[in-house]
Amino acid sequence: MEKRVLFKGIWLPLLLILPQIVITAVFFFYPAGQAIWQSLFIPDPFGLSSRFVGLGNFDYLLSDPYYRASFVTTAIFSTLVTLVSMGVALYLAVLADRLIKGSGTYRTLLIWPYAVAPAVAGVLWLFMFNTRVGVVTWYLGLLGYDWNHVLNEGEAMGLVVVASAWGRISYNFLFFLAGLQAIPKSVIEAAAIDGARFWTRFRTIVFPLLSPTTFFLLVVNIVYAFFETFGVIHTITSGGPQQATTILVYKVYSDGFVGQDLGSSAAQSVILLVVVSILTIIQFKYIERRVHY
Amino acid sequence: MATVTLTDVRKSFGKTQVIHGVDIDIADGEFIVIVGPSGCGKSTLLRMVAGLETVTAGEVRIGGERVNDREPMDRDIAMVFQNYALYPHMSVFDNMAYGLKIAKTPRAEIEARVQTAARLLQLEPYLGRKPRELSGGQRQRVAMGRAIVRKPAVFLFDEPLSNLDAKLRVQMRLEIKQLQRDLGVTALYVTHDQVEAMTLADRMVVMNAGRADQIGAPLDVYADPRTEFVAGFIGSPPTNFLDPAAVGGQGARLGIRPEHMRIGPAGSGRITARVLDAEPLGAETLIHTRLPSGDLLTIRQDGAAPIPGEGDEIGLAWEAADEMRFGPDGRRV
Repeated sequence: MEKRVLFKGIWLPLLLILPQIVITAVFFFYPAGQAIWQSLFIPDPFGLSSRFVGLGNFDYLLSDPYYRASFVTTAIFSTLVTLVSMGVALYLAVLADRLIKGSGTYRTLLIWPYAVAPAVAGVLWLFMFNTRVGVVTWYLGLLGYDWNHVLNEGEAMGLVVVASAWGRISYNFLFFLAGLQAIPKSVIEAAAIDGARFWTRFRTIVFPLLSPTTFFLLVVNIVYAFFETFGVIHTITSGGPQQATTILVYKVYSDGFVGQDLGSSAAQSVILLVVVSILTIIQFKYIERRVHY
Repeated sequence: MATVTLTDVRKSFGKTQVIHGVDIDIADGEFIVIVGPSGCGKSTLLRMVAGLETVTAGEVRIGGERVNDREPMDRDIAMVFQNYALYPHMSVFDNMAYGLKIAKTPRAEIEARVQTAARLLQLEPYLGRKPRELSGGQRQRVAMGRAIVRKPAVFLFDEPLSNLDAKLRVQMRLEIKQLQRDLGVTALYVTHDQVEAMTLADRMVVMNAGRADQIGAPLDVYADPRTEFVAGFIGSPPTNFLDPAAVGGQGARLGIRPEHMRIGPAGSGRITARVLDAEPLGAETLIHTRLPSGDLLTIRQDGAAPIPGEGDEIGLAWEAADEMRFGPDGRRV
């Protein structure tokens, strides 16, 4: 059943959506437009003049092996962050959903990490895994493992994935828990009487009924992994070692603001914008079809 | 096909006891209706038989075997829920086949059993549909079908008709009764609707605040209620209660069914009352009256009989044999 509010004139609805439009215009359309414009120029090193190069910036980028490597890094990073944060969140939500006593406490504790800003989360994890004074590093040392994410590319990637996924687990947990609690209890009971034990029920009833939630989280988490993890990477690895953790959005920053190549940086933003748009369109077009609402 | 036996079954949630020792002996193939007002513990009792609630004390036996500690899936039962509890993402066929698939029934047999059930329930045209594309009555049938295909020993019904409109409810009531007769499966049916209880039950269990006040055939319970609660709950309009002081005799409360009272001119009969209102229903008329003591009485008379005017004084008469007298504890004297 569709519920629609009908307005008589055009002015009230326009007024009501105006704040959103203004915010989107100022913080998205304007900078996005500027990025597209800038991506067509190469400024001189002192920013005094710029030369029109057409699609030259894009041409250069796509043939740059470092840029292509960054694509692969981003793919690995965002897949891992999404899998880890959604997987752990689902597991915790299933456990919390079964709890009757004290579920409020668990829920509150599990929601806390969401209040921690990505950059702060990065610093927290950095302290724990600091190669000289980190407490986890020290315990790993006792076990005979020499942790050094400053030099080891795999360890660096692992650390930024865990730090990025950590705060995200709370967010996903909330949605999964709400999704689980929205499933009528009698449906689960009917399945139990039909002979399905816990795991079968989860696989054939619970997970399919959770699919709208899962789908929503998938889209949101991939966008998160693409953009909002900047703070974590910046504080922990600064894209290193050897660009092992330089995801696309970090490269936009390091090439533009550190390398002062504003033209290339703008071109990278445009490519990033296109990539995320395509990913979202694919998700809505193909995955959504299998979702049961 | 199995017997079901409850022996001194009790249930507590924390420190609150909600079922205070219920004994029921259900014969193979019998249709038992548990009826009572909301909150009397009837659904809890059913859920204990299903294995969806733990049994605090006492014993539940199905087919002679103690099932207190068995999981729902190991009790050989099927349950129809009030909200149907269909799997929303599966077709009607898959909903019915779900239990059989889990039991690893061969594909051909699943197909055959679902088809048979679908024919029985007139669901054949809808096997490919999702539950949301069905009407309330059809969903109800799918829920029944899901119970039938597994050929369980016991059917459990938890207020299965209360989400349907009045007309459909009457129709489904007949279908359920017919189906249970044809299949010969023991059935336990919970409802708050005493009409459903009267029409469906071989024997009914009238529950009151966690106790089984009376167990018996519907007409026996109606004619011979053992407690004041049962007399008041079974029958519509309900039994009239008055203070025996006005008419003499023993007991703390006197109950007389509306159809057992006769109206005469003022001064005649055993007691005088004032007419408040009359409801002509066609075949019968309900006359609401008030006694000088303040007790309200309803009289049911034939639709053709003259209707007294509002505010008239009338005399009420009844046979001594129709009196139901109850002690201060609510039990029949």
